[in-house]
Amino acid sequence: MSMRLATGGRVIDRTRPIEFTFDGRVMRGYEGDTVASALLANGQLLMGRSFKYHRPRSVVASGAEEPNALMTIGKGGRETPNVRATEQLLEEGLEVRSQNAWPSLGLDIGRINDFGARFLPAGFYYKTFIHPRPFWKHVFEPFIRKAAGLGPAPTRPDEDRYEFTYDFCDVLVVGGGIAGLIAARDAAADGARVMLVERGPHFGGRAVIDGDVIDGQPAEDWVKAVVQELAAMENVTLLTRCEGSGVYDHGYVLCDEAVSGPVRQRLRRVRAGHVIAATGALERPLSFAGNDLPGVLLASALRDYVVAHGVSVGDRTVIVTNNDDAYRTAKVLIEAGLRVPAILDARTEVDSPLVSEVKALGVDVHLGRALAKVLGPSHVSGVAVCLQAGEGAVMQEISCDCVAMSGGWSPVVHLWSHCGGKLFWDEERAMFRPDPNRPPTGADGKGFVTCVGAASGALTTAEVVASASNGTPPEVEPETTTPIAPVWIMPHGAGAKLRAKMWLDFQNDVKVSDVRLAAQEGFESVEHAKRYTTLGMATDQGKLSNINGLAVLSERLDTPIPQVGTTTFRPPYTPITLGALAGEAKGDLFQPLRQTPMHDWHVEAGAYMEPVGHWRRPYCYPKGRESHAQAVEREVKTVREALGMLDASTLGKLLVRGPDAGRFLDMLYTNMMSNLKPGRCRYGLMCDENGFLIDDGVVARIDEQTWLCHTTTGGADRIHAWMEDWLQCEWWDWKVHVVNLTEQFAQIAVVGPNARKVLEKLGGMDLSAEALPFMAWAEDELGGFPVRVFRISFSGELSYEIAVAAGQGRALWDRLMAEGQPFGMTPYGTEALHVLRAEKGFIMIGDETDGTVVPQDLGLDWAISKKKTDYLGKRGQMRPEFHKPDRWKLVGLETLDGSVLEEGAYAVARGTNANGQQNVEGRVTSTYYSPTLGRGIAMGLVARGPQRMGDILRFTRIGKEPQEARIVSPVFYDPEGEKQNV
Amino acid sequence: MSDITVSTPGPIGMITLRGAMEVLGSVVTKVTGCALPERRKFSVSGAYAALWMSPDELLLVCDHDEADEIAKRLTTELGAAFATVAVVSDARAVFDLAGPEAHRALAKLCPVDFPRLAENEVRRTRMAQVPAALWRHGEGWRVVCFRSVAGYAERLLTNAAA
Repeated sequence: MSMRLATGGRVIDRTRPIEFTFDGRVMRGYEGDTVASALLANGQLLMGRSFKYHRPRSVVASGAEEPNALMTIGKGGRETPNVRATEQLLEEGLEVRSQNAWPSLGLDIGRINDFGARFLPAGFYYKTFIHPRPFWKHVFEPFIRKAAGLGPAPTRPDEDRYEFTYDFCDVLVVGGGIAGLIAARDAAADGARVMLVERGPHFGGRAVIDGDVIDGQPAEDWVKAVVQELAAMENVTLLTRCEGSGVYDHGYVLCDEAVSGPVRQRLRRVRAGHVIAATGALERPLSFAGNDLPGVLLASALRDYVVAHGVSVGDRTVIVTNNDDAYRTAKVLIEAGLRVPAILDARTEVDSPLVSEVKALGVDVHLGRALAKVLGPSHVSGVAVCLQAGEGAVMQEISCDCVAMSGGWSPVVHLWSHCGGKLFWDEERAMFRPDPNRPPTGADGKGFVTCVGAASGALTTAEVVASASNGTPPEVEPETTTPIAPVWIMPHGAGAKLRAKMWLDFQNDVKVSDVRLAAQEGFESVEHAKRYTTLGMATDQGKLSNINGLAVLSERLDTPIPQVGTTTFRPPYTPITLGALAGEAKGDLFQPLRQTPMHDWHVEAGAYMEPVGHWRRPYCYPKGRESHAQAVEREVKTVREALGMLDASTLGKLLVRGPDAGRFLDMLYTNMMSNLKPGRCRYGLMCDENGFLIDDGVVARIDEQTWLCHTTTGGADRIHAWMEDWLQCEWWDWKVHVVNLTEQFAQIAVVGPNARKVLEKLGGMDLSAEALPFMAWAEDELGGFPVRVFRISFSGELSYEIAVAAGQGRALWDRLMAEGQPFGMTPYGTEALHVLRAEKGFIMIGDETDGTVVPQDLGLDWAISKKKTDYLGKRGQMRPEFHKPDRWKLVGLETLDGSVLEEGAYAVARGTNANGQQNVEGRVTSTYYSPTLGRGIAMGLVARGPQRMGDILRFTRIGKEPQEARIVSPVFYDPEGEKQNV
Repeated sequence: MSDITVSTPGPIGMITLRGAMEVLGSVVTKVTGCALPERRKFSVSGAYAALWMSPDELLLVCDHDEADEIAKRLTTELGAAFATVAVVSDARAVFDLAGPEAHRALAKLCPVDFPRLAENEVRRTRMAQVPAALWRHGEGWRVVCFRSVAGYAERLLTNAAA
């Protein structure tokens, strides 16, 4: 059965047939068809099943507001669920699948829910599934998840390309109907840079469908001329299939553009001086029993299908309305050779030229009448007619196969409302309109969004053009209309049985009875009623249901509509795919990974890399079939016995310079830095205002006014910002500059008893203990490389850290590696670094600290100046809490059996706390197997730890009995520090 | 946009100067001939360019091999003035985008109003997920970012130009 009309269809090209499949069946449409119009043309009225009751559904609309006809488009890496069939353009070979039906669209077992509908009222889930609790997880949830749902999420990686663009304009016009075109033309004439975005594939909006006459020409010709005029202007950008989706502060507008070509979707991130919302209006359904049956659709949508696509939904259409606009549908249908057996108009008096014109065409217009119910069962077979003022007593039945309904129009105020534009209720027009006196305001306190055309509440073409133009509007014949009669349920006195069949939200299956029940149960706020009933919470965000729903709520509460108010309009206007939101950020562009100058060497050497912030650092360098643990053990032993090399380039390097630099560093570090001699280094601690330890590192004094502060890898940017914060906001008059040189230098740690030998082999500078003692630094040439050599140690071994310009880092690394071979050189990674420092009892920011630890907890009192009058954190550290005798403090821990304690294990104490949890008296902060000592070593924070040397504690193990460990000194290796000071 | 090419010029010398603008300006002019750039602009003299970075910061661009020497002269000329000179050439990665439409590729990554960017304007901005600076260079654009993200930046630019 084909429902394609013999003629007509202004957007389809009958010379270009297209084949596509629907649920595997091959169908044909034409270029210009949407999936919805093509399905209708193929006689496929049934397009989906409803979410909750699995009722059969077909299209009710023709655009963005469509709640029912959601499809899965494509397959594999190109599958997109929940696509509105009314907006998906037909393409050759397109694969379209229906959703939410099992086992098939035609035979759906879930339909059983419908017969049990009285068992699934509003709040049913909340009420039913709370008890017994286990039933929810094991019985109800799996069943509901199977039965209810939209399209499944794709499981394959997305194969398409997406991109952003950043656009700028003075005026952004959203909507390419006649109002948008007029507004764009006027703005462009003033010389403004104008962008006009239209979400559909064509300009002109409803005027073209409804055959308006503008400036004496058919709307179609007028639109064509204006579009040509705009396209020729240099200061105008015209875009179709590009939705203005969301308006944000400062004129930021997100536009979602569908693209044909290598890029599938483009997210335009527009900064607009002013936004003109010419977004039109949406027709409202009427709430009568059976208004969700396939064959019932909006009157304007039916005009769209007939005029734009040349398809009909049925041969005999009954029109039901409360306003004049639906009469246009009668004209269109009759012109197309279809029958209109009756118009049921809820109004009792109607007197307008359009109505007379339709009557003159021979259509029976029944005033004061309502639709009592649609006769089914699975699609429209007729309607039962009653009085609108009555309770639904059937006066006559009319057979038909299509019902066109119009409950009036709601301006699309979304873009106006996203940033706080306010609405007012226009009683006469029965609509919420943007209140021009309360627009969303920009930084200057002035409104930055204007609504024009139908979006502003204009109803006739004359009103539309007048609202859109700021000069002389185009000439349009004024229209005389009979005002709308607000109708929120049909008939007015419908009883419970009829109300339970009146759908408000088609997608989420919310009915008039549900909203009334919510009100009855005390959900009086529109926001509460929404969440209790799920009205307007589906993917269409209640475009068709919100106003009708709140009107029903208002009637039930006996509160006027404006007092009930609307729910919040939130962007985006229609769903945006995650691919579009991600843009280019996928695959190897997902996240910037930071690489040191020696990165490629590490990779070639087979290093196992670990993430450290955005850096990738070698964790260890396994040789042959070595496990990571074996590699770490070998690396540690080699460093202790011979020679190792670490890429330390990621350490932060902040140059601090100026007449007040010494004073500044004395405030930032807990110890003195101003009295450090040029050529010397000092280890320092940094705390926040509360006294908590936030970073540590070695500071080198370069000259009288210059210090170089090393930070942790993760601290480089954070501490730079911290310094600038204090300099810019608090000590703005101190003469200090901070320059972040982290990436200017590659830094290589050469560590082990043979360290001096290899450096001397490179030669060029005096590296003797006398010339360059422990904690000194020198600037010179090493093997021809200009370097700074810092004699500092994080391992307890003889150690030099060599800084060289990053561009020469790899060359120096290669040279050291080669020259080091005779001395047993091995590269080592971050894990060996950790083990080496733990053996020496050196703390690590982020292991021994977690934002609640003060330096005193870690036994670092020696690094806190007693002489300084102030430093950041000094006052915080005076708090009594930090001086309590049972404060958890740093100790070493060794298990009695030599095994390794678990990471983060807690020391078990007697008894339980108020919550019935086991009391604890300490925790492990670092724990490793020490290759040097041949057993497990750990550091931890323990209550009164340092006073309990030799005590044995019990530490938790996951899934096992606690493990015993003895409290010992945290310095496990070379406590006198002889090895590093040679 | 296949007519856009992304290339990496050899290492380029860069020197950060911090201090009062008038102090920096006179010294930069003396050493390189570059006039003190206006706010958000850059000035050029021969092989040198002076770029305005912030109210108390300039970036001097020169030959890579010359950077240390220029920095020394700037430091000497600044004398006792409160100012800081630091060579940062190796901290940066540099890319050149050539082609009349090159700004279209950059407009996919940077929130910059390219058509309204002045001829001699330097723009510190964000390029996708990393900080960057850019200015007009020959028939296209020069883009500078941090060295550690050079690989990411190159893939970004190549992808955007494709």
